[in-house]
Amino acid sequence: MCGIVGLHLRNPELYPRLGELLTGMLCEMEDRGSDSAGVSVYGDPRWSPAGTCSVSLLEVADDLAAVETRVSEVLGSPVTATRLDRTYVLTATVELDELVHASRAAYPDALVAGFGHDLTVLKGVGSPRDLAESWGLAQAQGWQGVGHTRMATESAVTPSGAHPYAVGPDQCLVHNGSFSNHATIRRDLVRDGVVFDSENDTEVGARFVAHRLSGGAGVDEALTDLTTTFDGFYTLLVSNRDSFAVVRDAIACKPAIIAETDDWVAMASEFRALAHLPGVEKAKLWEPEPEVVYHWARQEVPA
Amino acid sequence: MTTYDLTRTPLREVNQALHAPGLSGEIVIAGPQGAHSVAVGLDAPVKVTIQGHCGYYAAGMNKQAEVTIEGNAGTGVAENMMSGVVHVTGSASQSAGATGRGGLLVIGGDAGARCGISMKGIDIVVGGDTGHMTAFMAQAGRLVVRGDAGDALGDSIYETRIYLRGTARSLGADCVEKEMRPEHLEELEGLLKAAGYPDDDPASYKRFGSARTLYHFHADNSY
Repeated sequence: MCGIVGLHLRNPELYPRLGELLTGMLCEMEDRGSDSAGVSVYGDPRWSPAGTCSVSLLEVADDLAAVETRVSEVLGSPVTATRLDRTYVLTATVELDELVHASRAAYPDALVAGFGHDLTVLKGVGSPRDLAESWGLAQAQGWQGVGHTRMATESAVTPSGAHPYAVGPDQCLVHNGSFSNHATIRRDLVRDGVVFDSENDTEVGARFVAHRLSGGAGVDEALTDLTTTFDGFYTLLVSNRDSFAVVRDAIACKPAIIAETDDWVAMASEFRALAHLPGVEKAKLWEPEPEVVYHWARQEVPA
Repeated sequence: MTTYDLTRTPLREVNQALHAPGLSGEIVIAGPQGAHSVAVGLDAPVKVTIQGHCGYYAAGMNKQAEVTIEGNAGTGVAENMMSGVVHVTGSASQSAGATGRGGLLVIGGDAGARCGISMKGIDIVVGGDTGHMTAFMAQAGRLVVRGDAGDALGDSIYETRIYLRGTARSLGADCVEKEMRPEHLEELEGLLKAAGYPDDDPASYKRFGSARTLYHFHADNSY
């Protein structure tokens, strides 16, 4: 099964409530998958302060002070680390690429769960409710959030097998379903020089989208390419620093519902994950059509 | 009239109360908030009103009861219904009325993909549009669509009769348009009346059904 949720806030008055609303959405999807969970939060002032870039690292054996010291040394510039359950969030005022390279060089065996100017990715093995609690997700703030509850079918239950897959700058992808031709597409991407972290089918989708975006395609084009390249069942939620997009396969058996108000756009596997959102009773509610890309751009992106 | 509030009373308790022997009268269920399996397995001549959106399998396996969902319904509303009436005032997700054997399902808004999949005698009337693969492998019963139908309408259909007022994006394998004879106009008039659309002109609908070319093995269809 798996459950996916996403909330794109339009009204800044709701930014302080992002974490609270996202926690409710994620926990309601717990019985669609409770072996792993993950979230992406865009714009939390503590986790990704304005003017910094950040990297989320998993599977690091060192303690917080040692991580700060080691990555700062490699980077040659101070790094601030925060530990949220098993995820370390590193921030620095350098170029994003530099921080990603320094993190990988300092911890070559660690998993880079996400990176960007605005994005914090938290994921782990265990029940969504316990994980949300351990991250303090309910206190998070920001303008956009995405979550996933996993019932593993295509690869092992490990942090690297958990969603979101955030493999490009400020990008994030969550998936309900399974790709059937991912091995073939993986080989093509590897030939193009793309490096993978896991055996997971969804990672192939995320790498495909990131590869298209880095090649200059827009979100609509990248996702339309995905529908013509990937075989299998999927409902995907693809977010970026300035966008929020949904697409489903031609059969469209993996559930999805979209709700839209003046204050927010939300997407979830099922309506019950949206039932607590403010103003949902007046929201426009609909199910996304197969192979149609639904795409919302952030109305005001700060410089 | 009995009222339950699903934000206070557990769903299982409510469903068990609805299965009590000799149940009669009117029942209101408030606060479903998208919960699954609300008012499933009823077998009594009762009127049930659910005030809000429901999740999967709402009013599934219904017998005798008249269930109104004031809102949208998730996957498989009224699946395997035997008799009675289920009325969704909003829209329904995929597989509405799946495998239903009898009774009437009315969806005021749109129906998602695979509405009436493998229907076996149920009547379904959809006020708006239906999604792709509507009436897939539909065996018996009648399906009325007041709007348009998506791709592959009636794919691999058996003996269900489809009445469509709008247009189908495409017809599925072995589904063809058929002549609207007087008995069909009469049948459709009755269905529209029962579903609360007495003003529709049955002559504005087209009939679709099986060409019956897939009924028997044909050497040209083998690989």
